[in-house]
Amino acid sequence: MVLPKSFKRSLWVFHINTGSCNGCDIEIIAALTPRYDVERFGIKLVGSPRHADVLLITGPVTRQMVEKVKTAYQQMPEPKAVIVVGNCGSTGHTFHTSYNLVGPVDTIIPVDVYVPGCPPRPEAIIDGVVKAWLKLETLEAKR
Amino acid sequence: MSKMSYSIPIGPIHPALKEPVMFEFEIEGERIVGVDFKVGHVHRGIEWIGTQKNPLQILPIAERICGICNISHPIAFCMATEEAAGIEVPERAQYIRTITAELERIHSHMLWAGVAAHEIGFDSVLYLTWRVREKVLDLIEYLTGNRITKAMFTVGGVRRDITEEQYPKIREALNYYKEMFNKLKHVFLDDKTVRMRSRNCGVLTKKEALELCAVGPTARASGVKKDVRVDHAYAAYGDLDIKTVTPDAVTGEAKGDVYDRIIVRLLEVAQSVDIIEQCIDNMPSGDLVTEPKPAKLLALLRKAVGEGVGRAEAPRGEVIHYVKLTGEEHPYTWKVRAPTYNNLMPWIPMLMGEQIADIPIVAASTDPCMSCTNRVTVVKKGRVDILDHEHLHKLSVEKTRRLMQ
Repeated sequence: MVLPKSFKRSLWVFHINTGSCNGCDIEIIAALTPRYDVERFGIKLVGSPRHADVLLITGPVTRQMVEKVKTAYQQMPEPKAVIVVGNCGSTGHTFHTSYNLVGPVDTIIPVDVYVPGCPPRPEAIIDGVVKAWLKLETLEAKR
Repeated sequence: MSKMSYSIPIGPIHPALKEPVMFEFEIEGERIVGVDFKVGHVHRGIEWIGTQKNPLQILPIAERICGICNISHPIAFCMATEEAAGIEVPERAQYIRTITAELERIHSHMLWAGVAAHEIGFDSVLYLTWRVREKVLDLIEYLTGNRITKAMFTVGGVRRDITEEQYPKIREALNYYKEMFNKLKHVFLDDKTVRMRSRNCGVLTKKEALELCAVGPTARASGVKKDVRVDHAYAAYGDLDIKTVTPDAVTGEAKGDVYDRIIVRLLEVAQSVDIIEQCIDNMPSGDLVTEPKPAKLLALLRKAVGEGVGRAEAPRGEVIHYVKLTGEEHPYTWKVRAPTYNNLMPWIPMLMGEQIADIPIVAASTDPCMSCTNRVTVVKKGRVDILDHEHLHKLSVEKTRRLMQ
């Protein structure tokens, strides 16, 4: 891909599990580790939303997690992008009838990129991050 | 200065655990004097959803209880349903079930080893183990068609065959793990850093393990010989040569600390490789399923009346599924008991008296899996706390450095 001119910094990602089954979560870690190795591009997981450019959400958002997701989103500095990894965060998927779901994620906070799959392969997650990156670069260029 | 304890809340969003769980620690200086935790953030009402669907529709949901144990849950559910409906499983299917279950164990233990290394600030080992782990994921993808969710099982058998043409690739992957085993053993058991951080850290005595009903590698590391594959053989385990792994085989005694848990999991990887080899050497011929037509199978399950219990040894311990069929479309009850449920309470004796910097490695040492555990609704609004995990991780890394000096 051709990087835009405004490309000047690495992307830092904060990951929240909002009731996921771990399937997506381990694929996210797999994307970071040597086989797929996105850390070579400077993409890394950070421990606080205040340091993050991208919010990576897995899971269908259970009732207990709603406020936490909102708080984390509000704590992120602008410009920011949100990626939902997995079917259940995008649509509810097999849990859509459950009494304890408030999600999908886009009913709670605005979502920029959906990565479908149950779980999606690491390649798909990387593709999603690249798409979010493009959005962030565009926002940055407009400022 | 007077002694005063203060409390530190950790979680529920907390990258060290990868999953939402909330801890509250009472701290005196650097020592932990009180531990409490709240679970329930991952409750998705799976059992309730299950009672709205027929048994074949439950299978994909059972698989999504946990993305890591996605063989153990369906296998236990299948066994419970088969017992309730009186369905016999062909022998070949039992062997294929065993192979997939052991592949899952290899991938789960490798995953855990990486996470544990990360928690003590040893990230190069995290990358090493996760690279080694990709080999078994490739094999799983080759055999089942997917890396994580495998969709291998159906009530009364399996959905895909493992044929002779596939054996060479299986053997190749197993040989790779045999070669890597000594290297990993050297990295984890002989390394000074790992030993310093994990020896005598997070101790769970045999008595406590028995009293608190710990299961799986957590119990076995404390010297409790408890393994469903041996004690209550299911699938093809009854035919195979398999022994309960305890750390005294390597060190002479089971102390029940984090180091012992590393030993148990490493030895179990070697054991799984051995079990898969035995399975492909003795693979019987025959059918894959008792009733190949889903419509007929559903009709059979609709008529069935009875209850059944399925017990399986997941990588984290014993999984129990209970199913009651009452001759209707949907099961009357579906109850799941996941291993982490038992391994929650042992956290308290393990963490008591440890330092703050030890929290990540001790909490991770039971290989907790919240998505498995959160069956019970705890509708209590948790506090919104986002504790900086980086700080905690930094403390852990600093402790390693201090010890190295």
